[in-house]
Amino acid sequence: MSNKELWVAFMTIVSREIRRFTRIWGQTLLPPAITMTLYFIIFGNLIGSRIGEMGGFDYMEYIVPGLIMMSVITNSYSNVVSSFYSTKFQRHIEELLVSPVPNWVILSGYVVGGSVRGLGVGFIVTCLSLFFTDLQIHNLWVMVSVVLLTAILFSLGGFINAVFANSFDDVSIIPTFVLTPLTYLGGVFYSISLLPEFWQGVSQLNPILYMVNTFRYGILGVSDIDIVFAFSMIVGFILVLFAYSLHLLSSGRGIRH
Amino acid sequence: MTSALKIQDLRKVYGNGFEALKGISFEVQQGDFFALLGPNGAGKSTTLGIVSSLVNKTSGQVSVFGHDLDADSSAAKRELGVVPQEFNFNMFEKVKDIVTTQAGYYGIAAKEAAERADHYLEKLGLWEKRNDISRMLSGGMKRRLMIARALVHEPRLLILDEPTAGVDIELRRSMWEFLEEINAEGTSIILTTHYLEEAEQLCRNIAIIDHGEIIQNTSMSDLLAQLNTESFIMDIAPCLQAPPHLDGYKVSLETGQRLLVEVEKNKGMNPIFSQLAEQGVEVTSMRNKSNRLEELFVSLVDKNLK
Repeated sequence: MSNKELWVAFMTIVSREIRRFTRIWGQTLLPPAITMTLYFIIFGNLIGSRIGEMGGFDYMEYIVPGLIMMSVITNSYSNVVSSFYSTKFQRHIEELLVSPVPNWVILSGYVVGGSVRGLGVGFIVTCLSLFFTDLQIHNLWVMVSVVLLTAILFSLGGFINAVFANSFDDVSIIPTFVLTPLTYLGGVFYSISLLPEFWQGVSQLNPILYMVNTFRYGILGVSDIDIVFAFSMIVGFILVLFAYSLHLLSSGRGIRH
Repeated sequence: MTSALKIQDLRKVYGNGFEALKGISFEVQQGDFFALLGPNGAGKSTTLGIVSSLVNKTSGQVSVFGHDLDADSSAAKRELGVVPQEFNFNMFEKVKDIVTTQAGYYGIAAKEAAERADHYLEKLGLWEKRNDISRMLSGGMKRRLMIARALVHEPRLLILDEPTAGVDIELRRSMWEFLEEINAEGTSIILTTHYLEEAEQLCRNIAIIDHGEIIQNTSMSDLLAQLNTESFIMDIAPCLQAPPHLDGYKVSLETGQRLLVEVEKNKGMNPIFSQLAEQGVEVTSMRNKSNRLEELFVSLVDKNLK
């Protein structure tokens, strides 16, 4: 395929993905907006006013970056896992497999589609947070790049989950039992400096901690971890997961007999 | 001239050890209307699945218009349109979106994709349904949608895996006309079907596959010439208690007013009528017991089983 044809194929997949999650906006865009508003009210306003400061900021200010990142992670992941699994389930993955679209274009299309939803929900949550606090931006480049890379990383994670999923139960196992606990324990609501030394060490094994803290650094300028190390780790994970996803696609795992 | 499809020594062994294809080879010439027939589980869908890149082969070679499916898969896939046996489109998408999206996968820009989608939806009688959600279509319409989708990138080889299954006779005949039309315009077609009348009417060449092996690969006319006997059902009057004696013919009485007569290829029909008339039996109507290809198909598959 020529570069122009590849671009058309790529944009076809991306626009189909965007069409899908906007068509069912009541299931994809509205729930995170409501959930995060409740977090802002309950944890930020009601409980946060009693907690006082965290890391030198109001508790509300402190948790906003973590909640935005949590929305991005959850939505990027769930968009790709549910979309690609339903493509397998309804067998219209065959439309792509019989066509000349290369695997890397298929994968990129799904990842960009998932990232657009993750970033879109992140944007909605950011706008909602402005009703509760004033956001300052410490480092725009760090903020934008880490949220973008995180959306890409979790879209890839969702893709791999979908390839291995054999039922709708398999689609929800990882988000429920792995992603949500790691996000909650990833420093969204607290600084790991509050933890005993042993648990601080354990927390540093959680990759989501690095993403949340890097994003928080971009907005507030405070972080529990080394930003350069966090970026290297995220990029490293993306490269590994992208290569693994391509391997799964070319071997036909879960999609070809 | 390059073959539209060339399959050489194709083998498929599934993970559970089942050997679905045992090294089959056949060719489909450009412009042909080719039937790939076989009983359920014979290996037809596996063969077409490998050609369509939906099934990984164990070994062997497949080329489409000279493009090897392994070495030059992009070019090979461009030449191919696939209409599968089961519905495999997004049931929540609009009819036209399904067709234009498929065009996009072939790198066809949005404006041209929309024009082509309109053209094929109109040709297949789906124009008025273009903005409907696909799951709302009837079974026949869904099949036509899959044909429109397979044609939108204008492939030179169209694979149809039981395209008329579950389609009423009127619609089936209109689909036959459409397929004959696109074949006449140069599109090579491979058809699998359980309606052998369909294969006999449409196809010029045929391969019969059974237990993963090709047991016949010839022209339709040569195959039908192999038929040694044809069976006819005759409705008669008056009602008989025992079958009449017909010299040189095997006769049985199906019911009192229905005879089954087996006629060998080198014998005519006239002696049957004259002998029946002599015995005071009138033939009120007559038809083939089954179509000719069906008789041959059953005998070939039975022979292979033995």
